[in-house]
Amino acid sequence: MKLNELTAHEILDLIKQKKTSSGEVCQAVLDQIERSDENVKAFVRLNDQASATAKEANGPVPIPIAIKDNICITDQEVTCSSRILKNFRPPYDATVIEKLKKSGAVILGHTNMDEFAFGSSTENSCYGPTHNPWKLDCVPGGSSGGSTAAVAANEAIWALGSDTGGSIRQPAAFCGVVGLKPTYGLVSRYGLIAFASSLDQIGPITKDVTDSALLLNIISGTDSRDSTSAPFTVPDYTKALVNEVKNIKIGIPMEYFIEGIDPEVKQLIVNAIEMLEKSGAIFEEVSLPHTEYAVATYYIIATAEASSNLARFDGVEYGLRCHPEKMRKNPLVDMYEETRAVGFGKEVKRRIMLGTYSLSSGYYDDYYLRGLKVRTLIKNDFDKVFENYDAIITPTAPTTAFKIGEKANDPLSMYLSDIYTISANLAGIPAISIPCGFSKDGLPVGLQIMAKPFNEEMLLRIAYSFEQSTDWHKRKVRL
Amino acid sequence: MITDKDVKYIASLARIHLSDEESALFTKNLEGILHYVGKLEKLDVSKVEPTSHVLPLKNVYREDVVKPSLPQQAALKIAVEKHNGAFKVPKVIE
Repeated sequence: MKLNELTAHEILDLIKQKKTSSGEVCQAVLDQIERSDENVKAFVRLNDQASATAKEANGPVPIPIAIKDNICITDQEVTCSSRILKNFRPPYDATVIEKLKKSGAVILGHTNMDEFAFGSSTENSCYGPTHNPWKLDCVPGGSSGGSTAAVAANEAIWALGSDTGGSIRQPAAFCGVVGLKPTYGLVSRYGLIAFASSLDQIGPITKDVTDSALLLNIISGTDSRDSTSAPFTVPDYTKALVNEVKNIKIGIPMEYFIEGIDPEVKQLIVNAIEMLEKSGAIFEEVSLPHTEYAVATYYIIATAEASSNLARFDGVEYGLRCHPEKMRKNPLVDMYEETRAVGFGKEVKRRIMLGTYSLSSGYYDDYYLRGLKVRTLIKNDFDKVFENYDAIITPTAPTTAFKIGEKANDPLSMYLSDIYTISANLAGIPAISIPCGFSKDGLPVGLQIMAKPFNEEMLLRIAYSFEQSTDWHKRKVRL
Repeated sequence: MITDKDVKYIASLARIHLSDEESALFTKNLEGILHYVGKLEKLDVSKVEPTSHVLPLKNVYREDVVKPSLPQQAALKIAVEKHNGAFKVPKVIE
């Protein structure tokens, strides 16, 4: 097996036994990028210091990691895959980057994403689409599709993504890797360019569950620079990696197995449930009655928050600045309106428009406020189920990866591909997607596990137990 | 019913200049999406409190002591245009 195909915990063992070095591992990853990224297009920019950093690395975890293009690294360009942030080089590190650097991690570069994380396919990027390593004419999912494709193609050992409505879990499912969205507030958002501040979380994308726990250990923890960071004492998540699910009570929400789910996906989830049942877990049907309202609620709340967050991109301080040829209103307003017209892509404009509409005078109560109230109902559904159950299991996405271009002209059908992941963000709970099989045409399928707030340990324990009796996570793409 | 005029008004609130083509497209898109989210009207939410945030966090205060912050020069390094230690913008007042 090549070094770049190993997991971080395997690599760390080899380094401890002096059988390899961080420099060699980084070189294997860079060689893979050289070989396959021309076709996958996972990275939008590489860190030219990666190799030098790896050779000098002396921290405990010198693992090469890819970073989504919305997380700030000092003096490195970061653009959210948008023209409007061209040449933006933030003068500071995100908290997660600071933590990674301290632990010795080697930053490989930034990965492609849907512009400002608005999308589920990594097609809406000013750099063009990323391709699914399993089938290059398919999307990798999104919006963290560059990060999940990089890990699946062995162009990185680890990656960071961000998840506002499923943007870590859905692409993890489409690319056959492990993606975890932590509880809201567990990981600092300082230095993550905001999409929807009440929903966004940074999380780990890895090849197996053990690595997910290792990376979560590094990035989580309270941070005074993020006022929504939770005052929570972070446990050692590797202690949760126990192969034992006896008497753990897991709910299966019947609302998640209705029309629209691909029969192959459904069958693989049923198989996974049976496997966990054989290991002693107890499954029962439960109800999350407001599930059918989740997508609508999400698109009101997320776009409202986004329209407000993206108001800062106006050409004044940094990034792109444009002026129209002829004066329209006055020089300053013209500069704002032209910069945003040229700088934002179609989907970003569409979402800013929707968010501005639902926050505007006369519509606020009917849309935004009503959305916040339905959010309460959705959260209450989960609270009620978690009174009696330790976890909930569902598919991560209703289908496998779709073809590039297939949903490009139908925004609503694209939004519906997040139908199973959105509720966890609205409720603020942790959720993980792990590989649970492949479709007949060779595309990966993901199993989603959700748990109570701050009970990432339960997710990891169930996911780890499942992984011990399967080898889906060991299948490799050769590119 | 969303009209072209509504879309142009929202675009001006959002400070985005739209081409006629984009304006027509968004009129159609917004109409479709708003029709879809209209399903929320089926729910009675008259007695439900809104959730703007999932964590029961109160205001967080820190000690009122001066700490190092970003130096002016570091912040201005990324400026599109600068003048006398400030970000420069087009003329606002005639």
